[in-house]
Amino acid sequence: MVQQKNKKGAYMALLACVVMLCGIILLENICVMLPQDSVPNVLKPTSQLFAVLKKGAVYSLAAVSMNLLNGFTGLFSLGQAGFMLLGAYTYAILSVPVADRAAVYYLYGGSAVNFSFQDMFGSIFGTEGVGGAVSMGLGVMIAMILAGCVAAMFAYFIGLPVLRLKSDYLAIATLGFAEIIKAVFQWQALGPVTNGANMIKSFPTFSSFNITDASGKVVLRLATFFPFLISTICIAMICLLINSTYGRAFKAIREDETAAEAMGINLAKHKMLSFCTSAFFAGVSGAMFAMFVTNAQAKVYTTTMTYEILLIVVIGGIGSISGSVLATFLYVACSEWWLRFLDSETVIGGVKLPFLRAGFRMVVFSIIIMIIVLFFRKGIMGDKELPDLLKRRTRKEAAK
Amino acid sequence: MEFAISVLISGISVGGQYALIAIGYTMVYGILRLINFAHGDVFMVAGLLGIYLTASMPLYLSMPLVLVFTVLLGFCIERAAYKPLRSAPRMSVMISAIGVSYLIQNTATYITGGQPMTYPVIPFLSDTVKIAGTSTKWVTILTPFLVLLLVVALTQLINHTKTGMAMRAVAKDFETAQLMGIRINTIISITFIIGSALAAVGSMLYFTNFQAITPTAGALPGLRAFVAAVVGGIGSIPGAVVGAFIIGICENVIKSTEFTVFSDAGTFALLILILVLKPTGLFGEKVTDKV
Repeated sequence: MVQQKNKKGAYMALLACVVMLCGIILLENICVMLPQDSVPNVLKPTSQLFAVLKKGAVYSLAAVSMNLLNGFTGLFSLGQAGFMLLGAYTYAILSVPVADRAAVYYLYGGSAVNFSFQDMFGSIFGTEGVGGAVSMGLGVMIAMILAGCVAAMFAYFIGLPVLRLKSDYLAIATLGFAEIIKAVFQWQALGPVTNGANMIKSFPTFSSFNITDASGKVVLRLATFFPFLISTICIAMICLLINSTYGRAFKAIREDETAAEAMGINLAKHKMLSFCTSAFFAGVSGAMFAMFVTNAQAKVYTTTMTYEILLIVVIGGIGSISGSVLATFLYVACSEWWLRFLDSETVIGGVKLPFLRAGFRMVVFSIIIMIIVLFFRKGIMGDKELPDLLKRRTRKEAAK
Repeated sequence: MEFAISVLISGISVGGQYALIAIGYTMVYGILRLINFAHGDVFMVAGLLGIYLTASMPLYLSMPLVLVFTVLLGFCIERAAYKPLRSAPRMSVMISAIGVSYLIQNTATYITGGQPMTYPVIPFLSDTVKIAGTSTKWVTILTPFLVLLLVVALTQLINHTKTGMAMRAVAKDFETAQLMGIRINTIISITFIIGSALAAVGSMLYFTNFQAITPTAGALPGLRAFVAAVVGGIGSIPGAVVGAFIIGICENVIKSTEFTVFSDAGTFALLILILVLKPTGLFGEKVTDKV
């Protein structure tokens, strides 16, 4: 019975994901189908909506991976930005086309890594037309997986000494590692690989996934679809992990370490597993973040970024995946789009509204966050998932 | 030789300034078991207050006012953001601290417009002096002595007054102290007040040396001071001071070599080394976990 119900739930979830992804493709391309002058501004490809959706997709993966560690395993780690940086740089270094390397690394007289996956596949499938698309797609995929792997590998070595520490010591040590990684990537001596403190650019970004015809006109937009696809797959994998025996072990560790150990859970092994998995997905999301901002630069991945992601996790509810995803989109939409009006001086009826000038948006925003942190400590979802809420509602309706 | 002396002197001076911030961290951690992430930002606000107040009034009025307002800010933060969470899990309080830090930084960006502000020149402190062949500011020479003076005063307060005794009791055991009739909230407020006052003094010394203040100017000194507190053994005031001097000197030594980018990385490497080898720090007490 339980088995059947689970299966039904899984199919429903799969269906929901497919519907959502199709919806995104439709939303992105609707402006082509509608007559040219009746397209509302929101749906134009340059609209804030798509920037928000892309950033939301990237951040939701980062938030969920942080939630896996902080919410489900109870390890308070603040190294997220460091792992994202590792992912972003790995992706960037492995995907800048060989032809562009001299231009990107001009300060160091070319790159030490003269190879990119895209070119490698290009020599097999060709660089034009469908072959070019296939080689780019494969190249990006493999670079992203490697980005995750590098982050996970670093996490393993960092975890060896650090995971023995308790709560806030762990937080500060992981924070420290993120800072160290940032410094290493800005080091001049590593310039031929990391381009020093300069940014790495000209690698495939989200808009490279738009399908164009021979004249360069966009036929089918997939720029928003791509991050959604990757994030959906990764978050689904995290969900599967959490619902497995490993996930139950993680939750046991969160509830009580000593009791969990007494029940025969190998603490070191499971903590390390959770830490590395979280770092893997943080690395993938870092690679996507690099694609989103179209460059990779170490100074962007600050502690503030980690704090931002942590606050998203808290707003969504610590220990709720759907909560994290929801909160990410709310957070990104508020900070990038809906609260924008607070930043510009507005005059209504000849009276200039007080306080409205650059920066006010973030003040209002952080006050809202403080209110949530202080008075709605459970966040949007608490530790429940979206299906739980739906289920309860149908049950209530049935009772009526 | 002269170069080495100047590096050492500036290291000791910066270390002293970190020590003043680190005491705030270590006292709060000792009592609440909370990393007060907002403390670095309180330090930054003290710097900004210094700029705004000296612009409109003479120094002998503005500097005490900076002290008063910073103390008020620390007090308000504790009352508004930490007190409601007294019975909540430790993680919630830490998140609240991160939220406060975020709020202060954003408010500072809003008020200053995000531009770096220049700290006013304080006469005498900013004057240059020649010592052992290297010229430096008076503040550099005075800092270590001032720090030692303040720390001695503070340890006297903690070891020989009734309030100090109450503080030690609360740090030892929160609930028992409450049962013995100690007013926890007052004690915690006093802790925050002392911490903020020292941070304000620290900001006057620190920003006389590093004059540009941006809204994030407090974050890094704050983190370094926290690391100092951990290295010295969190909860211990002499430990925090010794740790701060170690961190300050290490940072300046690394900065004087070709590995300048690694000055912060070195600080954190030291932290991790200490945490792994001696998790309680140099002067920390050994704690045993109760199940």
